[in-house]
Amino acid sequence: MKDPQQRPWQVFALVLGFAFLYTPIVWIIYFSFSGDLPGGNASHISLHWYRALLENAELGEAAYRSLVLALISSPIAAVLGTFAGIGLARLERFPGRSIMIALLAIPIFAPEILLGFAFLILFASAQSLTGWPLGKGMLTLVIAHATLGAPIVASVVFARVSGRDRSLEDAARDLGARPLRVLATVTVPLAAPGILSGWLLAMTLSFDDVVTSSFLAGPENTTLPMAIFSGLRVGLDPQINAVGTLMVVGVAVIVGISFVTARIGAWTSGRRRTPPSGEC
Amino acid sequence: VHMSVRGFRMVCDDPLYVIAFWHGLANATLTAVGCILIGFPIAFAIARSPVRRRNLYVLLAILPFWTSFLLRAYAWMGLIRDSGPINALLLSVGLVHKPIAILYTPTAVLLVMIYSYLPFFVLPMYAVLEKLPADLLAAASDLGARPAYVFRTITLPLSMPGIVSGAILVFVPAVGEYVIPELVGNSGTMMIGGILWDEFFQNRDWPLAAAIALVTFGLLMVPALLLRRRLAQLGTTSL
Repeated sequence: MKDPQQRPWQVFALVLGFAFLYTPIVWIIYFSFSGDLPGGNASHISLHWYRALLENAELGEAAYRSLVLALISSPIAAVLGTFAGIGLARLERFPGRSIMIALLAIPIFAPEILLGFAFLILFASAQSLTGWPLGKGMLTLVIAHATLGAPIVASVVFARVSGRDRSLEDAARDLGARPLRVLATVTVPLAAPGILSGWLLAMTLSFDDVVTSSFLAGPENTTLPMAIFSGLRVGLDPQINAVGTLMVVGVAVIVGISFVTARIGAWTSGRRRTPPSGEC
Repeated sequence: VHMSVRGFRMVCDDPLYVIAFWHGLANATLTAVGCILIGFPIAFAIARSPVRRRNLYVLLAILPFWTSFLLRAYAWMGLIRDSGPINALLLSVGLVHKPIAILYTPTAVLLVMIYSYLPFFVLPMYAVLEKLPADLLAAASDLGARPAYVFRTITLPLSMPGIVSGAILVFVPAVGEYVIPELVGNSGTMMIGGILWDEFFQNRDWPLAAAIALVTFGLLMVPALLLRRRLAQLGTTSL
């Protein structure tokens, strides 16, 4: 396909759009290295706010808790979501399939405050009926984050699996592989890039979640976003700039890894992600 | 268990809740319109850029979504403060003589909401625009149609499903948004999400909060799900 002709206004829209998207992020990084308060001139470069951050035990603990939470809840979400995604894509005559596919979208685009509140009511009634779970804490947070992440993984996996025809799976079956073996050696490996990107999405969402967590965390389970949020309600705190810069770096590393693995995945499956440019 | 409809009656009768609900709806509508006005040109420009660069541009458009949303809201708080860089720029250019108050106003809420929700619109919009049949557009211009006419009669009607599904993806979560109005708005920008939060955390009125949640869910999610289903049946939207 020939590349469409690019008009000046399109370049203009791209430049302006990306400037809008990236100005706040650049600003955070810039001011995290400033020695002064964020209102004054950034007259000299300093690591002052990073040093202050290192000594802030409260934020450090919250960051550690958020990391643990994301690392525990996102694999659960990845496993559940993979099962759901593959099942919905491959069991085409399963009763209620189309309703379930539609319901997958609810946790993705419902207002977060409704979900957080719904989880709380659920846990509270479960506790008053059965005595479990015992109050709010890491357990309720993990359950909620895994539940919110699973449909995201499921929809990414669903899109990837249902877009492929079944010929490879049929071939494996014809050659005598049992269903579980077909799943483990053909379907899941083919869905792997989708599982990976869904997993990473679930991890970032868990690490970033403030509303749902506020409903479900006990007083001693403050997560990093909750700590940042309560700090921001009081006013501006330059330490947050340093936190932000570290998070931007972390995200850049994760995205870099996923970009590279996607490329490797594309190579190993023998397909190029983009057609060679300007040839056909 | 004792049953009562007190919560529902309060939600319907007390103007506080009705007004907050309308605030949420109005703000979400403006956010969706803003996302369309800003996001459509971006998605269109990405879809019309050279094939080998499209993936990079899409990645650039969703990258901000991967960084903490709280931090981006915080960054805007710094940018639009009275002594922030935007006011400094306006002052030095001479457009204003004293700093204009943006932070803690409805304008700030709208700005940060549009910014935060923009990737949710750009992605589905791009997915639709990328599939736009190029030969149809080429045929129209070969036959002498001016670019504006091609846009109005071909591009826009064909991209309508993308606009609608992207707008739903922005509008629905935006109605219940709590964090952004709390951070950059004022007490006058109280929306249904904030009311729900306060009833729960401050007044500890669980039944009332549950009634608010259920009414919001019914008025919001059911139509949105039906509309998405309709779009999916037309074969125009992926999940």
